[in-house]
Amino acid sequence: MNIIVCIKQVPATTNVQIDDKTCTLKREGVESIINPFDEYAVEEGVRLKEKLGGKVTVISMGPPQAESALRETLSRGADEAVLVTDRAFAGADTLATSYTLAMAIRTVGQFDLIICGKQASDGDTAQVGPGIAEALDIAHVSYVRKIEQTTNKLDNPADNCMRVERMMEDGYDIVEVPLPALITVVKDINTPRLPSLKGMMAAKKAQIPHWNAEKINADKSRIGLSGSPTWVKKIFYPPPRKGGDMLSGEPQELAKKLVDKLRELKVI
Amino acid sequence: MDYFLDDDQKMIVELARKFAHEKIKPVREHYDETEEFPWPIMEELAKLDLCGIFVPQEYGGLGKTIFETVLLVEELSKVDGGIALTLAATGLGTFPIMLYGTEEQKKKYLPDIAKGKKQVSFAITEANSGSDVASMQTIAKKEGDYYILNGTKCFITSAGDSEIYTVVAMTDKTRGSRGASIFILEKGMEGFTFGKKEKKMGIRASSTRELVFNNCKVPRENLLGKEGQGFIIAMKTLDISRPGVASQALGIAAGALEDAVEYSRQRKQFGNPISSLQAIQHILADMATQVEAARALVYATAKMVAADMKTRHTRECAMSKLFASDVAMKVTVDAVQVYGGYGYMREYPMEKRMRDAKITQIYEGTNQVLRNEIAAALIKENLQKSSS
Amino acid sequence: MPNKIEIIKGKCTGCGLCIKSCPFGAIMLVDRDEPLGKIKKIAVIDVLKCNFCGACVEACKKYGAIIIEKEQVEDTLKKIYADYKGVWVYAEQRNNEISPVVYELLNEGGVLAEKLKVELSAVFIGHNIEQSAQELIYHGANKVYVIDDILFKDFQDDPYSEILARLVKEEKPEIVLFGASNIGRSFASRVAAKIKAGLTADCTGLDICPDTKNLLQTRPAFGGNIMATILTPQHRPQMSTVRHKVFKKAQRDTSRKGEIVRKKFDLTGIKNRTKFIEFVRDTSARVNLAEADIIVSGGRGLGKPEGFKLIEEFAGVIGGAVGASRAAVDSGWIPYSHQVGQTGRTVAPKIYIACGISGQIQHLVGMVSSDIIVAINRDKEAPMMKIASFALEGDLYEVIPCIINELKSA
Repeated sequence: MNIIVCIKQVPATTNVQIDDKTCTLKREGVESIINPFDEYAVEEGVRLKEKLGGKVTVISMGPPQAESALRETLSRGADEAVLVTDRAFAGADTLATSYTLAMAIRTVGQFDLIICGKQASDGDTAQVGPGIAEALDIAHVSYVRKIEQTTNKLDNPADNCMRVERMMEDGYDIVEVPLPALITVVKDINTPRLPSLKGMMAAKKAQIPHWNAEKINADKSRIGLSGSPTWVKKIFYPPPRKGGDMLSGEPQELAKKLVDKLRELKVI
Repeated sequence: MDYFLDDDQKMIVELARKFAHEKIKPVREHYDETEEFPWPIMEELAKLDLCGIFVPQEYGGLGKTIFETVLLVEELSKVDGGIALTLAATGLGTFPIMLYGTEEQKKKYLPDIAKGKKQVSFAITEANSGSDVASMQTIAKKEGDYYILNGTKCFITSAGDSEIYTVVAMTDKTRGSRGASIFILEKGMEGFTFGKKEKKMGIRASSTRELVFNNCKVPRENLLGKEGQGFIIAMKTLDISRPGVASQALGIAAGALEDAVEYSRQRKQFGNPISSLQAIQHILADMATQVEAARALVYATAKMVAADMKTRHTRECAMSKLFASDVAMKVTVDAVQVYGGYGYMREYPMEKRMRDAKITQIYEGTNQVLRNEIAAALIKENLQKSSS
Repeated sequence: MPNKIEIIKGKCTGCGLCIKSCPFGAIMLVDRDEPLGKIKKIAVIDVLKCNFCGACVEACKKYGAIIIEKEQVEDTLKKIYADYKGVWVYAEQRNNEISPVVYELLNEGGVLAEKLKVELSAVFIGHNIEQSAQELIYHGANKVYVIDDILFKDFQDDPYSEILARLVKEEKPEIVLFGASNIGRSFASRVAAKIKAGLTADCTGLDICPDTKNLLQTRPAFGGNIMATILTPQHRPQMSTVRHKVFKKAQRDTSRKGEIVRKKFDLTGIKNRTKFIEFVRDTSARVNLAEADIIVSGGRGLGKPEGFKLIEEFAGVIGGAVGASRAAVDSGWIPYSHQVGQTGRTVAPKIYIACGISGQIQHLVGMVSSDIIVAINRDKEAPMMKIASFALEGDLYEVIPCIINELKSA
């Protein structure tokens, strides 16, 4: 099974600061990591490959330094990595990003399954996965918490199919999806492995190709800022939440005080 | 301090650190309480290629030296000295095979050790023979194609859980320490059983049992080296592995220091973190200085051993184990003090470190025996100088 | 003619006001080649980053040092956009049950429609759902588009997104709102990509810009540490998914009148690649977390898996759902579906009761917009205690049974 995993490099902390001068996010000095949700995607891809054979190609769109995130996925068992990078991609919103990644996937060529994390921890949109599926005109299932079974029939690829559990607010749906398809995965699906030492050593030496807009045949009007319908007008800190009453005393007293207060407020 | 580690060494440290924090930290109390053997942890370590980093590449290992092993054991010991010991003990048991094994023996045993499929124990100590090897009572008698072993080894690390054992036994009692030989034993051999599991003060994730040989039949090809070489092989092995024990002690101390600094910044008394009190600051400063001194000595020794495996570095190896283990004991006692009442409680990781540290002053040569060795080396050196 | 933006050297004072105004970080100050009197600095614009939004021109009104020449398409765009009218709410339903977030959207959509002086419509897709359409009118929709077919019996991304895209193309709304549910976030993304519209995820604030009539969409990013206001100035429709429980539910008023429009499409050849097999309800979840008014959550402070028995009892008595911190989930005490926080669910109940949860930032972002936060913890220094409306300092195993008694006694 040929699997493509899309990842994003994000700041290691979500506790980012706004630069007072430029009113944009301070990116300097902030450590970067693989988007935590994408780690589940990489792990699931590697597990499927280990079970069914094939290979895992990881793709990321981002600045040249995103290479380090790709290298890490190689140390965790991915076979190949591609960095899609071009100044012309800068400022892309989810639509332009979906298009760009879809074009990069087309450039990779044949695939059976694309796996994405459910969302990135910086943008928190959860829109790029389904967006890629639409751009490639394949089926997708979001919020997958388990792959129940895969039927990978080499003799009749038309029958290739996957049965997955899609997480819902109050349970889960069981859905069958024909391959090729895209899934986005949630934390529940696996526990990502740590890299192996041999994997880390090999990953350090691996060549990671950089593909620009031309290489992936991207339509200039659909990438970067020009391909992005949504614009960030401004960013600001949310108003901090103020603390309230600190209650102390014996358990009975505490309980009474609380229940009285809640009844006063008519919330119970 | 910067020890100018190369890229591979940095990777080993980074991976070991990550592993220790993500996988060992959440379960260390469990293994300390239950004294279970940490099989799931060992399996995970194996998956990360961390089990056999010292095994040569042609046998599936990473071909790294004792120095990299020291870095790895230190990092794991920062979180749990007991679990780190299982890995270090396998190293100790494997070195005799690496040093003196025939090609057949290496091919048979090393790949599984490198993959982390099998643990190894080194068995020398007996109830009445600790530091005094010549008084050993386990006998190996040659009978045709076999050696017949009789006797009991005690306090053997990982015994019962290991698959492979390198065992010292007397093939010729009349020749004293020159009558000792080493054999490779496998769990399940006829006449080879285990005694009860010992209950220990510390390093409780590591298992300790007796080995009991009752007319145990060991094939002749399982003799390591030649008959009578046992004592030399054992001493060389202990020389090489001593930096490993030293790094376990170093790691326990360094972990205690890291946590104590962190805790002192969080714990508030009289409205301020206790790290603002000079009384605490001085304790921390002394802890840090001792840890760094131990590290410098252990690293230097390990690099020396790695560079020249042929020569014995008895004195340096003894010094680094002696110093690092004394530092571990002192620093963990101080760390408990910094934690105050919480330090004494089993809910916090400090008292465990203090219990773990104690063994490093005792095993693989008590610190008293090591002082003898160091002094003997000094005197010998001086004698040679004055006679020349 | 392409977009052009220019700084007039003779007018720029190097004050830097434009830098602050630029949402794209495209402007910086550099040293002038030749100083202009006392002025040593000049602003330069990185055209690759510039979006020609004109914010800097506005900021530089006083000096008039920035001029912008936009492509002539704007007027044409305006004409095209003039065709797009009305606010839509996607009326999510499963098994003919309308999702509560829909009523919240009808309320807020109504506010937006009023500001724009346009109609509020609901889009209702499913099978045998028509009898419920009236509910949407009672809650404020002027019009309900009903698309009813066996094809839409269960939610599937393919047919749902395709049919909604067709409807949007045909009817041309200017705004489409979805609940930020798993369904909403999954298929709205697909609809947006189909019609190449802008979509803003998980909004917590919506407004109309009085000048441009653009939709101002405010949403949290970076796990709630940063808020961003997003615009979709040159595309229609403007689409958003909207977080649960941020807006009040619309009042039900049976005197409201509206039109039910039954849309018929030729459904032959419509893509339907995934196959719905069945839904399995999470029996451990008493109440859907996203919809719960009260949530009782347990964390590491419970100390053992059995602690959740007490939490469940508490939740049962107070009529709430059971939540958990990541620490409790990772310890295997309770399934992941209960996890609140950045890697779990985002909730905003009326009362959130955190029992033995210290309040790591990753947890706080998932529940900080709750109306009332109650914290029970032995450590009064815990971050959760600092933000709680009511912080109870004590052992949860002593305090909770007392609260349960107190609740039962009344």
